[in-house]
Amino acid sequence: MYYTSVAAPVSQFPDAATFASDYKAQYNADAPPFSPQAYDAAGICASAIAKAAETAGGKPTREQVLAAMAGIGAYKGITGTYDFNAKGDSKTATYYVLQANISDWNANTLSSKLEIAPPGEASSTTETPAADAVKIPAFLATLTSKVSGLNLGTIKIATQTPLSGPQAALGTGIRNGAELAIEQLNAALAGSNVTFELAPFDDQAKPEVGSANAKNIASDPDILCVDGHLNSGVALASLPDYSNANLAMVSPANTNPKITEGGFANAFRVVGRDDVQGAVGEQFARETLGVKSVYILHDKTDYGQGVAEFFRQNAEKNGLEVLGFEGTEEKSDFSSILTPIQAANPDLIYFGGLYDQAGPFFRQARDRGITAQFMGPDGMDSPELAKLAGDAVEGMYYTSVAAPVSQFPDAAQYATDYKAKYNGDAPPFSPQGYDSASFCVSAILQAAADAGGKPTREQVVTAMKALPLLGGITGNYQFNAKGDITKATYYVLQANTADWNANKLSSKLEIAPPQ
Amino acid sequence: MAAEAKAPTRRVSSQRTPAELLRVIFLPLGQLLAFILGSAVVLGLIVVVLAFLLSRSDPKILQTALAILPQVIIDGIVRGFLFATIALGYTMVYGVLEFINFAHGEIFMVGGFVGAGVSYLLNQWGILANLPAILFVIIVVLIGMTVSGLLAMGTERIAYRPLRNAPRLVPLISAIGMSLVLQDTVRLVATNTPLGFNARFETPNFGKPFQLATIPLGERGIPVLIGPKAVVFIVAAMLMLLALNYLVNATRLGKAIRAVAQDRTTASLMGVNVNQIISLTFLIGGALGGAAGVLFGMNIGTVNPYMGFIPGLKAFTAAVLGGIGNITGAMVGGIVLGFLEAFVASYLSLFTGGAFSGASYADIAAFSILILILIFRPEGLLGESTTQKV
Amino acid sequence: MAKSSPQTSGTGVWAQLSGLLGRGPGGYAFLSIYALVTSLLLLFNPRTNLFTDIVFILFLLMILAIYRTKVHIGFKIALGVITLGLVLPAFGTLNPYYIDVATQAGIFATLALGLNVVVGFAGLLDLGYVAFYAVGAYLWSIFSTPQVGLMIAGATPIPSGWFYGFILVGLTVGGVFGVLLGLPVLRLRGDYLAIVTLGFGEVIRVLAVNLDKPVNITNGAQGIKDIERPPLFFGDAFRAIAGAFGMQLDDNQLYQLFFYFMVLVVVLITILIVSRLKNSRIGRAWTAIREDETAAIAQGIPLVRMKLMAFAVGASFAGAMGVIFASKQLFINPPTFDLLRSIGILTMVILGGLGNIPGVILGAVLVTLLDLQILPRIAEILRSAQKAGWPIPAAFDPTQYQRLLFGLLMILMMIFRPEGILPEDRRRQELHEDDE
Repeated sequence: MYYTSVAAPVSQFPDAATFASDYKAQYNADAPPFSPQAYDAAGICASAIAKAAETAGGKPTREQVLAAMAGIGAYKGITGTYDFNAKGDSKTATYYVLQANISDWNANTLSSKLEIAPPGEASSTTETPAADAVKIPAFLATLTSKVSGLNLGTIKIATQTPLSGPQAALGTGIRNGAELAIEQLNAALAGSNVTFELAPFDDQAKPEVGSANAKNIASDPDILCVDGHLNSGVALASLPDYSNANLAMVSPANTNPKITEGGFANAFRVVGRDDVQGAVGEQFARETLGVKSVYILHDKTDYGQGVAEFFRQNAEKNGLEVLGFEGTEEKSDFSSILTPIQAANPDLIYFGGLYDQAGPFFRQARDRGITAQFMGPDGMDSPELAKLAGDAVEGMYYTSVAAPVSQFPDAAQYATDYKAKYNGDAPPFSPQGYDSASFCVSAILQAAADAGGKPTREQVVTAMKALPLLGGITGNYQFNAKGDITKATYYVLQANTADWNANKLSSKLEIAPPQ
Repeated sequence: MAAEAKAPTRRVSSQRTPAELLRVIFLPLGQLLAFILGSAVVLGLIVVVLAFLLSRSDPKILQTALAILPQVIIDGIVRGFLFATIALGYTMVYGVLEFINFAHGEIFMVGGFVGAGVSYLLNQWGILANLPAILFVIIVVLIGMTVSGLLAMGTERIAYRPLRNAPRLVPLISAIGMSLVLQDTVRLVATNTPLGFNARFETPNFGKPFQLATIPLGERGIPVLIGPKAVVFIVAAMLMLLALNYLVNATRLGKAIRAVAQDRTTASLMGVNVNQIISLTFLIGGALGGAAGVLFGMNIGTVNPYMGFIPGLKAFTAAVLGGIGNITGAMVGGIVLGFLEAFVASYLSLFTGGAFSGASYADIAAFSILILILIFRPEGLLGESTTQKV
Repeated sequence: MAKSSPQTSGTGVWAQLSGLLGRGPGGYAFLSIYALVTSLLLLFNPRTNLFTDIVFILFLLMILAIYRTKVHIGFKIALGVITLGLVLPAFGTLNPYYIDVATQAGIFATLALGLNVVVGFAGLLDLGYVAFYAVGAYLWSIFSTPQVGLMIAGATPIPSGWFYGFILVGLTVGGVFGVLLGLPVLRLRGDYLAIVTLGFGEVIRVLAVNLDKPVNITNGAQGIKDIERPPLFFGDAFRAIAGAFGMQLDDNQLYQLFFYFMVLVVVLITILIVSRLKNSRIGRAWTAIREDETAAIAQGIPLVRMKLMAFAVGASFAGAMGVIFASKQLFINPPTFDLLRSIGILTMVILGGLGNIPGVILGAVLVTLLDLQILPRIAEILRSAQKAGWPIPAAFDPTQYQRLLFGLLMILMMIFRPEGILPEDRRRQELHEDDE
């Protein structure tokens, strides 16, 4: 099992192991939780008093100890390094997610590490740009010399997303993202005798249309990679057909765990997973926002309900009170849903769903005088949310796998390019559509370079698995054997309604997908 | 088709006394208010009894149930008036042509979009913020009504008139086609203007919600709120009902409409221009739908090209529930449906301890009640039973 | 009052041509050449492209030509068996897409035939028909997957061999649901009936979305995946036949052929049952009810029984097809069964020709082809034309507006041929009389 803790694991702070053995020797029992922290607290007190005594030149007053405490600098205790801010919180608490090892507790493995500044505090450590990976255009440039002599013919990348019907806005966003990627990468590949073409398909958000289209795509030998789908249900229905044809599918939006858990060797995604995203959101809400109760709402789709369910499971497990869990297909008038929320008076409202439904909901909630904080998953990540909800979502938090603009400036460029070409803001998952297409191009080109000619679909899948850590516009990705990204970075962002690109990064959590 | 159920027979008198006229125009409003009051009392009582029974296991249930009751009733009224205003258009057209205008939900949506577009332009010109709220409402509603009305008239001319003598299912399919066309046309237009797929409906400041009361729950007080835009909506809906009643019952045009509804052939023999009357019926029905769209979009704050479908469906349900073809019936059906949805959405979770999500089951409740009511009153709540002619 | 377009039975060259090719030696030659040319074009040019699309549609339309041409019944059957039983499956092994389209067309043909019993024969407007289809699909999906264990603690999925039995179960349960819906709504007529059936369809869909709590029956919005396929008891025989033609078939291709044949058989059985029903006492009773209920009662027709029968028969086809659909699709979720699907099936029935069996099948095939093949292809052509510099405004992206085209087509179709493509004789006469 996994548990979260502020205390560093023994592997990082060996002092804790000494404490454990000392404790056992003296009190003939294992040290209970918070006992090592008590050791550190006493240590901090002692050093503050010592420091105060030094400045005072005698026995210090309590005020002097207090002053010394604030200026103690980084204190290295047995559970971690501490430094207090003006409020008395540790300036950057490091949160660890640990995996229990029942035979030797001290050998518990560290699954992830999260540095979070308490609310209201700009975190200096987390705003540094992410580790450098090779950017995709640069990666492609290394391959151009190898492929420029080859006759590759026409190579198509298909997109399959809903282009008609109520979900067309998101589906078209992904299609446009892929189109932009192919256009820009073609320009980057100019002179190398290779051009990629886009083949867009409309899955109408219907599983059986998706699988029929998938057969159509499979029967076109020029299509070597698929960028899709929006709906996990449609992806699950189409995957067997892609799999029969060994066709790689890179998903820009399917966060449903089932996508890569189905045993399909050809399924990839550049997004995180609902199970982790729900957990990250819950952890952030409980630990960082400090909320005590939550009302969870979802949109009754596999995406929204999925992430909401995981949020709830974690909340119930961790003692965050769940005051309600409701699903609704209502898109505009939420008054009947808000009335019970008003009576329940939660600290936080979590909305598992998409911005177009969440926007009006959040605004109506504020109009009703509901003061709870708002939170949501990556379906909130669109400037449209600010347009639809206005001030109501100022400062709300959402989790996302897509890096904020502050970390990946390319995303800002993308937003500009998108707006110029398509007359509108890029909806959520559209930058991921761009990245999925870029990964398709990279894998195909790599496979072509390896094969010395037009690659087979199997070779593309193999190449995709073997791609190094590459930098897209939403983050740095590399695929594991299942097709998940090896180490997804989950971000918690705070909405800035005036300028969506200026959304503030609140915390950052690197988590490897569950094995 | 030899024998077909005819539209309800209404008294067609050539002259009405002013007193009679007032009665005809204002009686429906009274009926409506009586129904609102009645539904609220009946559903409220059911809630109180259920809550009382359940409170033995958890005393908090009764407390909470009572505390939110006034707000639930207000939610129900606002929601009911939404369905009711859309249902008016359905019922107008049905009364005259016995034809389900499936595209009416889209006419409603177009109204909302036109409203959003006008308010966008007003905002661009910088006069929106300074506009008095009432003046703003009048401007956008009038423009929305005009566009929607003309559009409805146009759809009738193009897609329905050529099919007037075809079997009933044929215009239905044509109407479904029209609904798809309108949705995607609006999408095409909207995505190529600054409005976008999800358009924001800007309004001048209407002020804070009116706080009617504060009900204590534990240490807190729960406010009973109604937004100013919702008040505008309700007042406008009532005015629409009055105006429509006046039009149908007290004008020459109304008489012609009633004549066409009763017997098209005879009406044309009496010198009524049937095509013109049907066009005007669509114009009026469309304008009502457009007004509803504007008011709804304003109340909700956003519009999108697919927002008309579900409310359209519910409104159609409301029209049938009330007795299709009957103007007051449409309003009453809408109110009943709105109440049911609000009550189920707000109380089901509470009463079942979270096992059933109220918001998800609201639709089921609405349709189940519809089926039940129609089993016992096949002609709808206010419908007059039709006699069979052989 | 303006009349709709006069009956276009054809004049001049067209009449002569159809007279020449429609019967006798000309008919035999025409059909043989038609079949040969389209079959060869398909088999030797299996890549998905515009040309193959057109040939494929012509190939399917050949069935209509076979039906309409007046030649010996034995020749018709032989040609039908060769084209549908040999050429299409062989083509399917070369290109899986087209046979999937054909299979889906078959599924919808069965559904349309079932709905036609309710709407076309008995004149009861049903807007929630897809509910029965959903019931059948969920039935097999729940019992063939571990989902059953979530519903009933300790239960294990039933073996896939039960699939064939479950088609019968789907048939029965569909019929029972049909009666359940039919009973309360018998007193309703016309549009009241329409709205109640619509409500019923929505109730079933909303239940499918919501019944993951408190007991997980349908797995809610997540849908059910890894639905079991029946064992291929004749897989080896199939492989041997294909091997004789020098083809190696893998399991997926075999399943594709299997479902194609299964759907084909079901369609044939459905046609048989429905056409027998139509010409029986029951069918005539339905017609009487449709034309004039009061007169039908006066004639001593048991109204209640006949209406319930129509509901039950229509629903049972959908229930059985639901089982096959779920198994073929491997994954189902609630949005598959929404109102638009019911409306889509109704459109097939009316476009094809309400009440007329060949018309309904044609409607189903055409609408499926439009949806899966023709409209996407048109959109693609428009898109490449746009890229090649044709004056199509950049803002109008044709791939996004297939529904717009479909809607336009529905309106135009209704205006210019309200009786459907292949109308029932009785209805055509009705439409082209002056009075109703």
